[in-house]
Amino acid sequence: MAAHEAAVAAHDDHQTSTGLDNTKLAMWAFLGSECLFFGSMISTYLLYRNNVLDGPTPHEIYDIPYTSVSSFVLLMSSLTMVLALNAIQRRDQRALRSWLLATAFLGLCFIGGQIYEFTTFVHEGLTMSTSTFGSSFFVLTGFHGAHVTVGILMLLTLYGLSLAGKLEGPEGARPVEFIGLYWHFVDIVWIVIFTVVYLVPTE
Amino acid sequence: MATVAAPRRGLLARPTAKTGVWGWVTTVDHKKIGILYGVTAFVFFILGGLEAIAIRLQLAQPNGDVLTAEAYNQFFTMHGITMIFLVVMPFGVALMNFFIPLMIGARDVAFPRLNAFSYWCFALGGVFIYSSFFFGGAPDGGWFGYAPLSVQLPGAGMTYYSLGLQILGIASLAGAVNFIVTILNMRAPGMTLMRMPVFIWMVLVTSFLLLFAMPVIAVALFQLMFDRVFEANFFNPAAGGDPLLWQHLFWLFGHPEVYIMILPAMGIVSDVLPTFARKPIFGYAAIVFAGAAIGFMGWGVWAHHMFATGLGPVANSAFALTTMFIAVPTGVKIFNWLGTLWGGQIRFKTPMLFAIGFVAMFIIGGLSGVTHAIVPHDRQQTDTYYVVAHFHYVLFGGAIFGIFAGLYYWWPKIFGRLLSEKLGKLHFWLMFIGFNLTFGPMHIVGLQGMPRRTYTYPDNMGWDLMNMIETVGAVVIAVSILVFLFNAVVTRKRGEVATADPWDARTLEWSIPSPPPEYNFKEIPLVKDRDDWWHRKYAPTPEGEPVRVFAGGADVEADDDDGHGIHLPSPSYFPVVASAGLPVMGWGVVYTAWPVVALGGLVTLLGIFGWAFEPSAEEDH
Amino acid sequence: MDAPLHPAPREHEELEHHPSPRKYVAIAVILAIVTAIEVAIYYIPALFDFIVPLLLAFAVIKFIFVALYFMHLKFDSKVFRRFFLIGIFLALAIFGVVLAIFFLAQNGPAPVLTDR
Repeated sequence: MAAHEAAVAAHDDHQTSTGLDNTKLAMWAFLGSECLFFGSMISTYLLYRNNVLDGPTPHEIYDIPYTSVSSFVLLMSSLTMVLALNAIQRRDQRALRSWLLATAFLGLCFIGGQIYEFTTFVHEGLTMSTSTFGSSFFVLTGFHGAHVTVGILMLLTLYGLSLAGKLEGPEGARPVEFIGLYWHFVDIVWIVIFTVVYLVPTE
Repeated sequence: MATVAAPRRGLLARPTAKTGVWGWVTTVDHKKIGILYGVTAFVFFILGGLEAIAIRLQLAQPNGDVLTAEAYNQFFTMHGITMIFLVVMPFGVALMNFFIPLMIGARDVAFPRLNAFSYWCFALGGVFIYSSFFFGGAPDGGWFGYAPLSVQLPGAGMTYYSLGLQILGIASLAGAVNFIVTILNMRAPGMTLMRMPVFIWMVLVTSFLLLFAMPVIAVALFQLMFDRVFEANFFNPAAGGDPLLWQHLFWLFGHPEVYIMILPAMGIVSDVLPTFARKPIFGYAAIVFAGAAIGFMGWGVWAHHMFATGLGPVANSAFALTTMFIAVPTGVKIFNWLGTLWGGQIRFKTPMLFAIGFVAMFIIGGLSGVTHAIVPHDRQQTDTYYVVAHFHYVLFGGAIFGIFAGLYYWWPKIFGRLLSEKLGKLHFWLMFIGFNLTFGPMHIVGLQGMPRRTYTYPDNMGWDLMNMIETVGAVVIAVSILVFLFNAVVTRKRGEVATADPWDARTLEWSIPSPPPEYNFKEIPLVKDRDDWWHRKYAPTPEGEPVRVFAGGADVEADDDDGHGIHLPSPSYFPVVASAGLPVMGWGVVYTAWPVVALGGLVTLLGIFGWAFEPSAEEDH
Repeated sequence: MDAPLHPAPREHEELEHHPSPRKYVAIAVILAIVTAIEVAIYYIPALFDFIVPLLLAFAVIKFIFVALYFMHLKFDSKVFRRFFLIGIFLALAIFGVVLAIFFLAQNGPAPVLTDR
């Protein structure tokens, strides 16, 4: 029954026609798609950022030093993420969990910062209804924040999987790498948003 | 190698049912999911068809009073939404689902649970949108939802629109990722990209289009929802919101969308014509590259839907040129289809009739499309029935005819029985005649100025006769669908039993029994050629005439040895659970009941967690 | 892409191609420094004329570092890079055209309304 064994072997080896891992390929395809998602919202913002009606202007309301700190926090979370991946590639589950928690923590700090920033802006007179600037700002940064939040949930899920012993062995790094890619992408989007939304001056 | 036994108890135990309702609800088998998609799409086809009949009854005579203006707006909006998102796209996905693994020599798609999730998002999303008829009124702002009207329309309809299409979009995006990875990564040994059937190539291009187009409409729909529900200003002219932003975002999605609808049908036709002409597809590489070119160039033409909005001469000219250019790869395909027929041994079976009908009707639709590219002429055509004629020729005469070609062709493989040839031919001719009666005259009344999206017309315009003819044609189409239904039902028990290869076809799906066993291939084939199955059946003699090598289809039987040792993914509840929370969230937003939104979100989240944590044990087959 | 199936890369092969933790930290330091420079530029009046190209350049630099090193694109199959680049270039191209149509149009984009 050589054919039968060959069939079993072929399935077990998880061989792919391109030599590339299925989930990694899927995540990169999804990230390509996300470029269009954020591109649409960034373009909308660029179109509308000067329409302030009687609300505050970008220059008036942005607190650049504050946002720089939260940008720095998110950047550092990419470092902790890649160190988490490095840990599991060395089969060190405890270090993995520490770095995952650090990443999630930094992500939570970022989200906390965003929430504080949003509530401050609302108190200073900028809401989604104030103007097209308000609408496009909150929707863009809000969706980014939602993506970070989903990322945090995934990081905590990884933590749980590691505790449950499900990330053992050579295959264990795959989910960490896959979620790491998502996390870095969300960081990259913020790099673009920080520059294009906050730093680039408006009229 | 031993598999880890799945736990039999507890919340995370994988379900095991393979039959019955529960078997269908928890299935992750691409073949079952394909059938689910097909049946569901057919139900929506009937609903969309009834909407069309209502429209045609209203328009049969001037000053019609079958439907009020408000009802008419809901009917034509839902007809568009239904046919595009709930019929043509899912029918394509049904056939893709069933046949991608079979045509590339795989046992399933790359992500079976994600596949099931896509189906349930589609089905529940469709239910959600249709629930609007009962809970607040159906969408009534057109399937294209132009702002600011779509923002300002009172009632719940356009809110259902913004949320329902979002749910459907998730289904499509997940499906696109799944099919891309499947096609790139799961081909049988020896199946290089240039040995894949044309249908698979077209699915790959379609999936890339979906991947990059869906996020754009997602943003537009979110912006519409925020405007309607949270008083944002994206499309509020008083705040400087620009209605053209909606149109750009919508058509950046909308134009790739029409290629998403037609490319799979083109792929089907590219596999049906060679089978019934007993010739390989003419110019395989050219057809493949033309398909890829259409996918690429399709990103450069969107503003041809906006020629009447005042973009200015530079933008208008640029988009007119790109639109004219995209006719070139389409023309390449048409010539290659004709070249396939030329010199072939044609068998006029039902699939072939629909495939040839596709080519003919698509040429007509394509020609009217090219006239749209001429900007001054388009100014007259815009908002008239000429446009309605154009897109029905390409989407009905094109996509739907192509889908029926695929259905008749692959029916024996899916169900193990052939559809009746007599009834099939009756269906084709009734549909062909009815279709042309309905949409042919629309070119004329359109050029005579009859506006579209309008619930009635006055009686002194000279449009009466044409409209009556169109309504008669619609009834003929409806009869033809009944013929098809009758055919499907009657042959279920009494139809001719299908062998593995009833058409003497060319591609791998015909090398396994009809219907296929759960594991598809007992042994993954080693592919040596394009049209590998054909080459295994026939070898050329020195004179070049193909000679039958072995008895082909009749030899392939279902085995008693049920592919023992082949591991298949287990069924799962969690795709259903994860998708079920989405319409609940939708209803919560429609009624601005935030606890309901939270509840729906929680259900989806639990579904996803269950999905992540359930054992991945595969069962021994 | 060739006929025979290729095995998925084994873990030990991957480790050979990874930067060390020290290198990752070094890259993170570079990212932090670039961010600090960006913020500094924002406050330097002398650079105001060049601020947009400078800021964009720095953003691109950070983007590239995160993508090539943290996301491992430098060491991975080119296929992954292509998916990302297609998304980026498509977004830049189509939205570039959309914004050009709005800002270069005869009537300009929707009017700036400032009731102040």
